[in-house]
Amino acid sequence: MPGMTIVEKIFARNSGQERVKPGDIVVVDVDLAVMLDMSFLATERRNILKVHDPDKIAVVFDHMVPAADKRSAEAHAYGRDFVRRFGIKRFHDVGPAQGISHAVVADRAYALPGTVLVCSDSHTCASGAFNCAARGVGAPDLLAAVTSGKTWFRVGETIRYELSGGLRSGVSAKDLFLHLAGTWGHHTNQNVEFGGPALPWIGIDARRTLAAMGAELSAEFATFEPDDRLIDYVRERNPAPFGPQYPDADARYAERRDVNLDHIRPLVALPDAVIRNSVPVAEVAGVPIQQAFIGSCANGTLDDLAEAARVVKGRKIATGVRFLVTPATQEVFNAALRWGYVATLMEAGAVVTPATCGACFGGHMGVLGPGETCITASTRNFKGRMGDPSARIYMGSAATVAASAVAGHIATASEITGDAD
Amino acid sequence: MIAGKVWKFGDDINTDLMLPGPLLFGTEEEQKRAVFSANRPGWVDQVRAGDIIIGGLNFGMGSSRPAARSLRNLGIAALLAESINGLFFRNAVNFGLLALECPGVHATFQEGQTAEVSLADFTVRNRDTGALLKAQPVPAMLLELMTQGGLHPHLERKGLIEPRSAGD
Repeated sequence: MPGMTIVEKIFARNSGQERVKPGDIVVVDVDLAVMLDMSFLATERRNILKVHDPDKIAVVFDHMVPAADKRSAEAHAYGRDFVRRFGIKRFHDVGPAQGISHAVVADRAYALPGTVLVCSDSHTCASGAFNCAARGVGAPDLLAAVTSGKTWFRVGETIRYELSGGLRSGVSAKDLFLHLAGTWGHHTNQNVEFGGPALPWIGIDARRTLAAMGAELSAEFATFEPDDRLIDYVRERNPAPFGPQYPDADARYAERRDVNLDHIRPLVALPDAVIRNSVPVAEVAGVPIQQAFIGSCANGTLDDLAEAARVVKGRKIATGVRFLVTPATQEVFNAALRWGYVATLMEAGAVVTPATCGACFGGHMGVLGPGETCITASTRNFKGRMGDPSARIYMGSAATVAASAVAGHIATASEITGDAD
Repeated sequence: MIAGKVWKFGDDINTDLMLPGPLLFGTEEEQKRAVFSANRPGWVDQVRAGDIIIGGLNFGMGSSRPAARSLRNLGIAALLAESINGLFFRNAVNFGLLALECPGVHATFQEGQTAEVSLADFTVRNRDTGALLKAQPVPAMLLELMTQGGLHPHLERKGLIEPRSAGD
């Protein structure tokens, strides 16, 4: 019998089985269930009568923080009461520990290697960077996980991405994602697993970007192989014991795909779709924009803010462009302050907002009006995603978005900084 | 046997199209009225309870929002697609929307034709042409939830959440 992939091994362990295989339905123990402000909306919530284990729950308000309207304010109040009622220790309210759930989970290393993590947001797969079997579930699934400690998964086939070489300066994990989505399209009912000789040189932030965007591949799970860099990162932040899972040497993959990072160049996705919609930035250079946004669980990392600051340093945002930067967590915001990135961005004319999902889902702090064009470094460019359905949303890396904000139209970072591409 | 008039949609239909972001905070009635408002305005006035949606590849990609509930609330009798995003499929189970993956279904039907679905043997038939297709079977545990009102009633019966009528 062939060996198992990373998520198959995690499923086997958490379902008490010797082995699992594609096609199986597994019922697994959930190590961490993350609830959001959205979980407590009056229209969505249910009155929870018992929780399985309060220490296996984290509550993170993120979509509408600080409260943007009466409905979110009411949801926050209900959520605070829930936290008190059941004694939830890991609670991230509006304040210094505020942030987007997947990023908070990363900052604090709540996401432990080799564990199962669920949350009712599609980008929960971001914790795959931490060698977690992490996936977005529906709100009712989350209720089941919180109250019973269990959830179910269909075991899909796995595509293994073997990464080699290294990303060139100015090229980011977002460009790598756009390359994967443009080349191979959707991965419905499949898992993706990342590893290979390039792994030690891919930072944790970059892994998080790639794993978060696994949702946009329609992958079931997007999981990284663990390495020393990851294990050190987690040990520095969370004293809890954990057992990272490596794929078996004879693990069975539906396909192995080699990706040489040397060959990746800056790309953007054209409006309305992510899948098979990537083009080199130069192909759309010159398209005028009214808004440029950097943020979300995928691109609100310190790496993204550093890249944006590098591109705009000593320059000014073009007249007529709103450049919005939303760090993924207040912890990232603070680090960006210490490194001087926030000052650089603000001197250039950016508006740096508190950490929240915000403009990424068209919720608040950067909603698009009719006929506007935006370039975004966030998770999605779907029609109507960030506001009016007639708005056009291009999606690229933080560097490409920052360069476009300076130019007033879509532009490559090298065009602005003068660096060789 | 389930039978209904077919509405066709393409590949990669995402949940933002079924449940636009601003409506996340709306009532189920408001959400139901907004289905496909960006890509097919007016469709909610044409669709009738008992109709069937046929989609292409990767139907329901995107957000975890309860878009499947809006389709259920419109009375959609079944969703048949070449493939279905895993999170959308979960929400079909969660909210009691019958959703089947059925390779070949998109080319087998034209809009307005009538589809028949048999859950006894997971077959899909085009009543107008007689064409017969095999759908992917849904495991019994999930099919039961999908066809019997979803996950909430199950959690209520186990005493884990309060029945809606009694609380919020």
